[in-house]
Amino acid sequence: MNSFTYTRAETVDTAIGEIKAHHTAKFIAGGTNILDLMKENVERPDHLVDITRLPLKQIETLPDGGLRLGALVTNADTAYHPEVQKRYPLLSKTILAGASAQLRNMATDGGNLFQRTRCYYFYDTATPCNKREPGSGCSAINGFNRIHAILGTSEHCIATHPSDMAVALAALEATIRVSGPNGERTLAMADFHRLPGDKPQYDNNLEAGEIVTSIDLPANGFANNYNYLKLRDRSSYAFALVSVAAALELEGDTIREARVALGGVAHMPWRKPEAEALLKGQKATKENFRKVAEALLEGAKGFGANTFKIELAPRAIVRALVMATEMKKK
Amino acid sequence: MSSKVLTKPLGDVPVALPPLQRVTLTINGAEKQLEVAPWTSLLDLLREYLDLTGTKKGCDHGQCGACTVLVDGKRINSCLSLAVMQEGKEITTIEGLAKGDQLHPVQEAFIEHDAFQCGYCTPGQICSAVGLINEGHAKTTEDIQELMSGNICRCGAYVGITAAVEQALKVCQSNAQ
Repeated sequence: MNSFTYTRAETVDTAIGEIKAHHTAKFIAGGTNILDLMKENVERPDHLVDITRLPLKQIETLPDGGLRLGALVTNADTAYHPEVQKRYPLLSKTILAGASAQLRNMATDGGNLFQRTRCYYFYDTATPCNKREPGSGCSAINGFNRIHAILGTSEHCIATHPSDMAVALAALEATIRVSGPNGERTLAMADFHRLPGDKPQYDNNLEAGEIVTSIDLPANGFANNYNYLKLRDRSSYAFALVSVAAALELEGDTIREARVALGGVAHMPWRKPEAEALLKGQKATKENFRKVAEALLEGAKGFGANTFKIELAPRAIVRALVMATEMKKK
Repeated sequence: MSSKVLTKPLGDVPVALPPLQRVTLTINGAEKQLEVAPWTSLLDLLREYLDLTGTKKGCDHGQCGACTVLVDGKRINSCLSLAVMQEGKEITTIEGLAKGDQLHPVQEAFIEHDAFQCGYCTPGQICSAVGLINEGHAKTTEDIQELMSGNICRCGAYVGITAAVEQALKVCQSNAQ
């Protein structure tokens, strides 16, 4: 690990000020990803701003019936929170599908969004990687790419976003509240992360110095019919090869609203509202689910070792939606 | 050691030791005040500064669980935590679980079920199991397996580990009643 200095921030404003006062400063909260990357020499901040003492640790109901998750609530406290379990069981289940109990006790909700890819070449400083070193090339495109993206890739990067939680947040249409040098703003989950394009070094659309203060969930949590299906190489404590967050609002067998977000297939949680709209007013059948799956996978491209995902993903989508349907019939 | 920051003429990138940070924490019931470099992990603080070598450095990347300790009763990977960030916290390591000669129920259960072979992962397994019991979310054998998945045992003593945790969970639950 490289040398760095450290300060502990007591307010959001001082945290933002500290970031601006250094060349390559980073925030640290749970630390589960950034410290790992610092040990690997992938991240080399000159300064760390400890934000764990900021007053962002509450889960509270919003006036519109939604739920606000403070950025510093841990993943474990979120997943086991009674309101989250009752009203947003999809989120609870998704969080518990990720990492280990130890890591979930450390990792924060805000920090989860900032996890960096687990692409082997991003971690291996001996190999070219456009995300780690812009312009150096992508080793994964012609390399070992079993875990890599099949959707929204570019000639510069085929990395995936590793978060489970972000996939459920995309399906639930969460809003991310941020503070920065220019004040506060909110981003829809769909606008938070980005595709690699020709700037894969950027994982998200935040400006320099901005900090996430909360994740706001809308009132509708799809608590009756949902599923998070995570397919991976071992049954616990592994990243997704393909994952599906599915949520349905049913009236008998008829679908009133559907949400489907995918993990493990792109540089960000993959969602297509126009594909979901195909299910509106339709019967909850495998045939209809397959149509949505095909629409979601449109344009998918394999790179060799990950080509199996092009068929695995639609099958996972159908299965996740069938399981969501069978949960509870109104 | 100097606590002065040496900087390049232009810019403030530290080129030498940054100031040591004072940190006060309670470890196994005793308050400790230390001065450490900012990059010192909680794991290194325990092992290198306090000679508490029961907590093991396995992968040092949060993948194996050998470094598991309890912070305010919750289990974490001490390798992925900076010591300075634990200011004011109560840390419990494997050395702090027994009361004198009286072993913790999890320790007793591990012996009874022969829940180890080489023993390297065992301190982490035991601390993790104590955390699991404190958290109170495990109801079934499957839950125990899932909630212990952050602790890898390369000898493959998982059958014994699961049985030990299951027994300890029952003992702790009946002790609490």
